[in-house]
Amino acid sequence: MSQVVRGRGRTGFIAGFLLAPLALYLTFVIWPYVQTFGYSFTNWTGQSPTFDFVGVDNYSALMKDEVFRGALWNNLLLLVFVPAVTILLALFFAFMVNAGGRGGAGGVQGVAGSRFYKIVYFFPQVLSLAILAVLFGAVYRTDEGGLLNGVLIRLGIVDRMHPIEWLNEPRLVLWCLLLVVVWHGVGFYLVLFSAAMQSVPKDIYEAALLDGAGRAQTFFRVTLPLLWDSVQTSAVYLGIAAMDMFVLVSTMTSGQFGGGPDHHSEVMATVLMRNFLYFGKSGYACAMGVVMLVLTMILSVITLRATRRERIEF
Amino acid sequence: MGSTGEGFGRRDLIKRSAALGLISVPTMSFLSACASGGEDTTKGPDKGAVSKENPFGVAKGGKMDVVVFKGGFGDDYAKAWEAAFDKKWGTTSSHLGTQEITGKLQTRFNGGNPPDVVDNSGAQKIKLDVLFKSNQLADLTPVLDAPSLDDPSKKVRDTLIAGTIEQGTQGGKFVSLNYVYTVYGFWYSGKLFKEKGWTPPKTWDEFLAVCAKAKEAGLGGLAHQGKYPYYINVVIMDLIAKKGGLEAMKAIDNLEPNAFEGNAAALAAVEAVYEVVEKDLLLPGTNGLTHTESQTAWNQYKAAFIPSGSWLENEQLKQTPDDFDMQFLPVPVLADSKLPFEAIRAGAGEPFIVPEKAANKPGGLEFIRSMLSREWSTIFAQQANSLTVVRDGVDPGVKLRPGTQSAVTALKAAGTNTFNYLYTDWYSEMDTAIQDASNELMAKRIQPKEWIKRAQAAVNKAAQDPNAKNNRRS
Repeated sequence: MSQVVRGRGRTGFIAGFLLAPLALYLTFVIWPYVQTFGYSFTNWTGQSPTFDFVGVDNYSALMKDEVFRGALWNNLLLLVFVPAVTILLALFFAFMVNAGGRGGAGGVQGVAGSRFYKIVYFFPQVLSLAILAVLFGAVYRTDEGGLLNGVLIRLGIVDRMHPIEWLNEPRLVLWCLLLVVVWHGVGFYLVLFSAAMQSVPKDIYEAALLDGAGRAQTFFRVTLPLLWDSVQTSAVYLGIAAMDMFVLVSTMTSGQFGGGPDHHSEVMATVLMRNFLYFGKSGYACAMGVVMLVLTMILSVITLRATRRERIEF
Repeated sequence: MGSTGEGFGRRDLIKRSAALGLISVPTMSFLSACASGGEDTTKGPDKGAVSKENPFGVAKGGKMDVVVFKGGFGDDYAKAWEAAFDKKWGTTSSHLGTQEITGKLQTRFNGGNPPDVVDNSGAQKIKLDVLFKSNQLADLTPVLDAPSLDDPSKKVRDTLIAGTIEQGTQGGKFVSLNYVYTVYGFWYSGKLFKEKGWTPPKTWDEFLAVCAKAKEAGLGGLAHQGKYPYYINVVIMDLIAKKGGLEAMKAIDNLEPNAFEGNAAALAAVEAVYEVVEKDLLLPGTNGLTHTESQTAWNQYKAAFIPSGSWLENEQLKQTPDDFDMQFLPVPVLADSKLPFEAIRAGAGEPFIVPEKAANKPGGLEFIRSMLSREWSTIFAQQANSLTVVRDGVDPGVKLRPGTQSAVTALKAAGTNTFNYLYTDWYSEMDTAIQDASNELMAKRIQPKEWIKRAQAAVNKAAQDPNAKNNRRS
């Protein structure tokens, strides 16, 4: 009897603590999603409290919207390249910094100066995306005042009268942006992977070393399998970042909320914002938001499923 | 969804903002507004005795609450005005210069304690039609009918440049005073031109010739703010209006099926601009530069011309060398143009409003009347280096900066030959599409014929806009 009462009391106690956060979560996270979903079936302009229900018109218009489809394609490209390039580079650097050295006999250590590298690699992570946009704006500047153009002109590779218009070149703009994201992300994932590597017992490495494993073998047979959980999490995070990209694209490229030149760097978020705030097509923009949400969720599930492996205990 | 009511209430505001997860920003200012509000609303509006000198009944010793957009014009002019106002009326003014008009004011409008005068401008302005529909804007017609401060025998409305009243009218009521008069065209350095012995061109051929000379001298001919094709569109559209006359301009604003396609003036204009690209007369790299980058390069004598509105001088104040001698040039004309070289695009901007629920509404109205005096207009021209909508509103004895002075001269020379496009305000999507096309044109990725095609497609798409029925000009 008393056991039950105590149990109930405890339940109430815990529920009391859970209810408030739950209510906040429902109000500020779930409810806006529900609302967005509702608005996506209207012709709301975002500037007037009145609107009409238009059914699935927004969604069918979205299917035909070439700009949005182009943006979706760009997001998918980034989705492949951002995680792949960032994780590969981060893994490589982390391995070199932690276990790539071959200094002492039998010792497992990083290459010379690895402490210094670790700090330097982490620097970009400290910068906010807004600062990054300004920084790389100066790198990609289209006249000879730009860092890249300046160097290339000095070296005689580029004609002074016709500098490369990096972010104004349809073929280059997306790769220029990709480089910024990778540059920004590698340091963080390097530190993440380093931490994971350091928790791997040294004797495993020593055993591999005694068995005559080279760097590559050590990496693929020992390090990578033991790090798989971290790699998986990173892939999801980077995938979500690749689905967003709003800050960089909107500040660095031309066009209202970015996406230029001529929609070649468009991502879904920039198309959404332009329609929402500038074209007065907020209902339509909400439909885009719903599509983005669904895609991101599918993406997370697929990534987690596809990369599932047997866990290795150590 | 429960949001079909008339007003734009607090509930709606939060719900709307929440729709995109933007809840944090509005709620924060919302809370702070609640915390600081309340004090003003308990007191009734100040009201003094109405007289000929005091047509709105400003109470002596009252309070004035002025909020101005602190953008390209700064806010020093407003501080000078407030000082003058306080001196005359014994009021105490509180001043706020900000770029976040919506953030700071939306909650105050919703809470019923708005300021007395607002310069509702910049990227974060509150949409005027929304304010108007929610009955938040005071009718400024009494100001137009009040006697002018400079000449009491005249009404204020007779001292304004043509077009000001139309531009500030919503639903038949005059609710916003667009105070800054802007002219658009090319700009050059008087010093550079004197040094090189170039004469300011009047025809497009002469313009190209100067650009070619500049190239020989190792400079760029034309610089433009490539990252924002808005600016090069000014050149293209002005060439169209001048070549084809006002009819060609209205055809675009009215979304006619032959606004661009089949319009000889439009093709000639685009081909003329493309000639600059083809003959390689652009400042190298200008297609990807921001407005500040390209304008600064131009200030460093790296290019002969740059297109912009008359805010340019104030915007570039710090980057301009002292002896630069900035000069305005109307867009040169093509052969057989219907409008003369002197014709310029000109329009009023920077809307000032008086909220209907202002605590000191008489003060707000009197403030607007004072803005339309020659004294205050001169203060603005000096502090913000720009013109106002007050006709001959600058004291001839006052020395203006060279760019502003040249704009005054050009405006006098233009006389009644001014024109202004409206499609940019009416159809943002069409405007953006044409800007994209211009960006491609300047980068040599499309030809003039393709530009015309794309521009016409944008027009045809805009014609399906539900607003297309209401937005017509004649």
